[in-house]
Amino acid sequence: MGEALAAAGVGQAIDHARQRETVAALRAILPERSVLWQEEDTRPYECDGLTAYRRLPMVVALPESEDEVQRVLAACHALGVPVVPRGAGTGLSGGALPLGDGVLLSLAKFMRVLRLDPVARVAVVQPGVRNAAISEVAAPFGLFYAPDPSSQIACTIGGNVAENSGGVHCLKYGLTVHNVLRVKGYTIEGEPLEVGSEALDAPGLDLLALVIGSEGLLAVTTEVTVKLLPRPETARVVMASFDDVGKAGDAVAAVIAAGIVPAGLEMMDRPAARATEEYVSAGYDLEAAAILLCEADGSAEEVEDEIARVKEVFTRAGATRLMVSRDEAERLRFWSGRKAAFPAMGRISPDYYCMDGTIPRKRLGEVLAFIGEMEAKYGLRCPNVFHAGDGNLHPLILFDANNPDELARTEAFAAQVLEKCIAVGGTITGEHGVGVEKIDQMCVQFATPELECFHALKRAFDAKGLLNPGKAVPTLARCAEFGRMHVRGGKLPHPDLPRF
Amino acid sequence: MEAALEALAERIREAAAARRALRLRGGGTKDFYGREPAGEILDTRACAGVVAYEPTELVVTARCGTPLAELERLLGERGQMLAFEPPHFGAGATLGGCVAAGLSGPRRAAAGALRDFVLGARLLDGRGRELAFGGQVMKNVAGYDVSRLLAGSLGTLGLILETSLKVLPRPPAETTLRLELPEDRALETMNRWAARPLPVSATAWRDGELTVRLSGAASALRAAAAQLGGELVEEKEAAQFWQGVREHTDPFFEGEAPLWRLSLPSNAAPLALPGTQLIEWGGGLRWLKSGAEARTVRAVAERAGGHATLFRARDKSAGVFTPLPPALARLHLELKRAFDPDGIFNPGRMYEEF
Repeated sequence: MGEALAAAGVGQAIDHARQRETVAALRAILPERSVLWQEEDTRPYECDGLTAYRRLPMVVALPESEDEVQRVLAACHALGVPVVPRGAGTGLSGGALPLGDGVLLSLAKFMRVLRLDPVARVAVVQPGVRNAAISEVAAPFGLFYAPDPSSQIACTIGGNVAENSGGVHCLKYGLTVHNVLRVKGYTIEGEPLEVGSEALDAPGLDLLALVIGSEGLLAVTTEVTVKLLPRPETARVVMASFDDVGKAGDAVAAVIAAGIVPAGLEMMDRPAARATEEYVSAGYDLEAAAILLCEADGSAEEVEDEIARVKEVFTRAGATRLMVSRDEAERLRFWSGRKAAFPAMGRISPDYYCMDGTIPRKRLGEVLAFIGEMEAKYGLRCPNVFHAGDGNLHPLILFDANNPDELARTEAFAAQVLEKCIAVGGTITGEHGVGVEKIDQMCVQFATPELECFHALKRAFDAKGLLNPGKAVPTLARCAEFGRMHVRGGKLPHPDLPRF
Repeated sequence: MEAALEALAERIREAAAARRALRLRGGGTKDFYGREPAGEILDTRACAGVVAYEPTELVVTARCGTPLAELERLLGERGQMLAFEPPHFGAGATLGGCVAAGLSGPRRAAAGALRDFVLGARLLDGRGRELAFGGQVMKNVAGYDVSRLLAGSLGTLGLILETSLKVLPRPPAETTLRLELPEDRALETMNRWAARPLPVSATAWRDGELTVRLSGAASALRAAAAQLGGELVEEKEAAQFWQGVREHTDPFFEGEAPLWRLSLPSNAAPLALPGTQLIEWGGGLRWLKSGAEARTVRAVAERAGGHATLFRARDKSAGVFTPLPPALARLHLELKRAFDPDGIFNPGRMYEEF
């Protein structure tokens, strides 16, 4: 992180002449209250959910209409001022980290649900609408919006589109990309863009798939059409204890092998269970090496069927204790610990650092053992929570940011875990995005031709590279400097060249 | 396999140097789809085979030339399936062609489209370079989602060498019911069902009959069937019916009239267009056999909030896909240039401009 910060120019002084010029241009478009530039006003925007990275933006713009967004973008483009879009600022990879020479474009004022059609089962919402608010307005119609990142009470749909956010029900219901039908927005030039449609597909290339998860580098979202699903009649959770993490991993594979696609399938190791239990009293088995939560949803008959099959699979896999939620209150209590895992860490450690690698599930035992070795190597604790159903790991390294040595060890620890994820055939980020945080690991995951392709895609949308520059995709120069390279098939590119 | 791959890359480099068009082709079962194919045929079938299949990971990775039928058979042996039920349109269909065409079958409205199941891909770009995107895991947000962009790209961006797809378990039981309903009531009924947590996995309306397939646990199907009503369709007949809808072997698709594919919001009103229809995807997909003028069909689709594709026709001079608005058309050209700077891959197959 430290390296990334230095390279990203943190602490760079704001050029006041440039600032005055930009403020004047934006004041011609926006009312006075919507253009912030004094330090006490811009300070709240210095970071997103990745608080280790902070930087004051040169100017903050708070447009309230699409017309204002368009004009702000066109003005910035004309001035050559970079723009960083921001939703609720809950992102965990620094995707909304401001630039000292740029405009932070907050979409926070776009908070309206524009339309909800219970027959077509779609909602058209502005980007600043909170994820959970969509399900709230859909609830009277028996509908809901499926992706449920754990920050769902605060994070916004605009940010979800930028990051292709997931949640605990992805295996069955998919990610943002599977649940958004259309995105409207503007390119950095202020040109209107509409990808997808209210039908199930649109003509031409699938630009919707390209825009979703593009971390605010391709376009600024101003309207999102989401798909709403009928809320399942009922849901119940099986909570199982295992005396060995490997056995719990095998139990996950056994559930899938039995032809079951559960609505949610989550794992916590003992340190994670203990920390969350102290925090919310979810009723977790504190002696278990690992706890699995497996949710079945659907009609009452279906759920009863599936719960019986899951119990049987877990029993055969060696579960030491099994509990099935008896009512909705108990189901929510079982989930409460898992959903509160991050804040629970905040109680037992001054700081925690959350990773987001995804691995093939069968490599779980190996990766957890590796994390254990790293705990010993770096002298830091690392409880694990895991979206077991889709292989998405969230190891949480506990550290104290006031201790520079601990911060450095945390960075090295995290880098090694992410590179391990790549080595076992996985990825450095399952749902949090690359942002600035994992940008160096992108050099390990991708080779030069892929990175060049990403840059070419970026240029197609943003020739001057003004929209959220420095995020998500590293420059080739940066990768060369980082010194760790993608190794394809065990062979370094140009093996004949000397390496230092 | 290295040799087959190198041969493909070499052909591409030669073609790029000479700026000669290549027509990427697997089994040729989708030759009819899109605008007129042009260029020298580059046969992808030598690059075949399943690279990895892990039933408990719900992922299969296979090379472009792998016969789709072989892949589905392999999944079937382990009780799994390609949930988007891709149409083969012939015995020789390959995985590469399936992904490039991006078409999905009857289960699409319930399970998702082909693009929803793409996890990763390897391709050769217009310079013959091999690129890899995505991977074999369910969640992966590192880099732009290029592998999904390839789905439905009609081979215009690159030669898809290999694809990783999410697979799903086959449902333990299926039941098909048939109800007599006129078009407007069928549309209303399908939308009403879709708003309730019912195990509907496919719908098809034609000739005043709505056929609905339920998939899931036997207990859930019994409960749902009791709610929906209608006549039970015998198992063998039901399988044949859904196969006919998926593969266009159903009698509806016979004849010489141009076949249009209208993709619309599911609750769009019945179309004011001459001809006969088969409606799928809960109302979201309307197959129309009609001699109506192309611009009339497209205007009706657009007013309803969707788009129209001239799917099968002798005369495609009116264009196949709905024209793009200028901003999107320009982006398409830029993206094409990024992947295929010399414009050698399937030129004009999607739009005349690239």
